[in-house]
Amino acid sequence: MIRVEGLSRSFGAIRAVDGVGFEAQDGRITGLLGPNGAGKSTTLRILYTVLRPDSGTAAVDGIDVVQDSLATRRAIGVLPHSPGIYPHLTARENIAYFGRLHGLAGDALAKRVDELVSELDISGYADRRARGFSQGERIKVALARALVHSPRNLLLDEPTNGLDVMATRALRALVLRLREAGHCLLFSSHVMQEVAALCDDIVIIDHGRVAAAGTPESLRTQFKASTLEDAFVGAIGDARGLE
Amino acid sequence: MIATMRVVMLKELRESLRDRRTLVTSLLLGPVFAPLFFILILKLALARSVESQDEITPVAVANAVAAPNLVQQLRESGLIVTLRDGSDADIRRWIAETDGLVVLRVPETFAPRFTAGKPAAVMVYADGSDARAERRAARVRDALASYSALIGGLRLQARGVSPAVVHAVVIDDVDVATPSARATLLLGMLSYVILLVTLLGGLYLAIDATAGERERGSLESLLTVPAVREHLIYGKIAAAAVMMALALALVTASITIALDAVPLETFGMSANFGPDIAWRVFLTVLPFALVGAALLTIVASFTRSYKEAQSWLGVVMLVPTVPIAIAGVLSVQPQAALMLVPSLSQHLLIQGLLRGEPLPASWMWLAAASGVLLGLILSWLAGRLYRREAILG
Repeated sequence: MIRVEGLSRSFGAIRAVDGVGFEAQDGRITGLLGPNGAGKSTTLRILYTVLRPDSGTAAVDGIDVVQDSLATRRAIGVLPHSPGIYPHLTARENIAYFGRLHGLAGDALAKRVDELVSELDISGYADRRARGFSQGERIKVALARALVHSPRNLLLDEPTNGLDVMATRALRALVLRLREAGHCLLFSSHVMQEVAALCDDIVIIDHGRVAAAGTPESLRTQFKASTLEDAFVGAIGDARGLE
Repeated sequence: MIATMRVVMLKELRESLRDRRTLVTSLLLGPVFAPLFFILILKLALARSVESQDEITPVAVANAVAAPNLVQQLRESGLIVTLRDGSDADIRRWIAETDGLVVLRVPETFAPRFTAGKPAAVMVYADGSDARAERRAARVRDALASYSALIGGLRLQARGVSPAVVHAVVIDDVDVATPSARATLLLGMLSYVILLVTLLGGLYLAIDATAGERERGSLESLLTVPAVREHLIYGKIAAAAVMMALALALVTASITIALDAVPLETFGMSANFGPDIAWRVFLTVLPFALVGAALLTIVASFTRSYKEAQSWLGVVMLVPTVPIAIAGVLSVQPQAALMLVPSLSQHLLIQGLLRGEPLPASWMWLAAASGVLLGLILSWLAGRLYRREAILG
């Protein structure tokens, strides 16, 4: 479970995140929806501890992300905005490297990597070097890497960026499976359909603030809109920056 | 900390060893070809200097009968004298026909003037535009001058005057470009080669592990693992240091083999750069690998891209040559305090080993300790850099 309260962060004169607060529950998919530059990535980066907030708090499973960043990182799996993998390592080695950094070793590590390879359908290229991988293959490996320590919470920053239809469908299926397993999934997107198709809860972010939040149902009711898109437009004033 | 460092180090090494380009530049081009080129130049320099030193100087003497003592003197000073009679015109024709010919002509007036104690002229014919002839002519002139001085001295003595009175000023030529000095200078550059090749060995890994990691977008993921950031960067520095140590081992080995082919004994250098010396050179430079690895990692961490890192590190690679160059210009003598200066200390220690006059063992320890200490300080600094958010670029 992820809980964020009054989170703010500025870069120079720009207030990237300005008092964001929301909750992402276990067993649910929570989507951060907003145009580019709204502060989604910054919020996620604070959550996965590479940025520090200026003010406000954020906690993962009750662990404060600033006070105990190491424990936070153990509790989360992260797919950053543009996840790179190591071109000279095979898919399997890429995953195993992160497993080792999470303290896995020996048979336990090998077993976990095998599990992920079959679960994410990587087996076709598991032992090939990553240099020539397609964007979809790369994202899958990065995702397997993020899941190697079986984290309860998963943070995905625009995970379907650059994916083709098949890869996107595979990713959605995986996200749904993880939800069934009781994970807490938080992902950001500027793609309306994406969010509409997947999310149980939606947090609409604009100009670093939460413009509206709730289930798709409640958002439509709240803005007296027939579609989510209309609700979104109602929430932030227009539809700029959305697909 | 050790576990994280080990995992990161092994992964970086594995990646580097798989990258053919890195492998070629780090472990083949530098360690193997640099010494080869170096030795080739050294051999050429030696060959040339041996040639000019031992070059026989032939001289043809026309009308030698007029000055038998002079001819004898020329022979004694090592010139190959041939007697050949001819007029001024004949001599000019000989020179036109034969490259590098030097002819000494003793005129008819020589004998009477010489006997009378008056200045007696001889003529040296040579083609001034021919470097070889000019060099030979100079040797002939030298021989003539010393003969003249000898005779002059005897004449003064015969008149009861010390020959020393005519030497108001004595010129003492210090020729710093003697052939063997040139070879020594070249051999002195050997430590540059070793230090640079060592740095080059870890260069690509250092770039790849920092700027490369950021450019590929894998850095952000890496920073989300539950490891202290400093430990990750320490692992990267350790990997770069291992690559440098590998390059160092290769370069000392290839120098050992290559120097075997050069006759060093002739120049009073330690004749055998054998396995023993090579091993000691390796141990001497080893601490420098840590300094280099940490330094390159720090600089590469500041850059935004692989390309930028490459251009910056090209400059940084020259940093270790600065102390050596300054010390060379000031011609400082080895002393304990200098052992605290990395690269310079290694240079001086290598020089000592090459000359067969090793510096005190305590100095070697001092150099090693100061190198390791500086390496650790720089590593700590790199760790501090990685704690900043700005490292994500």
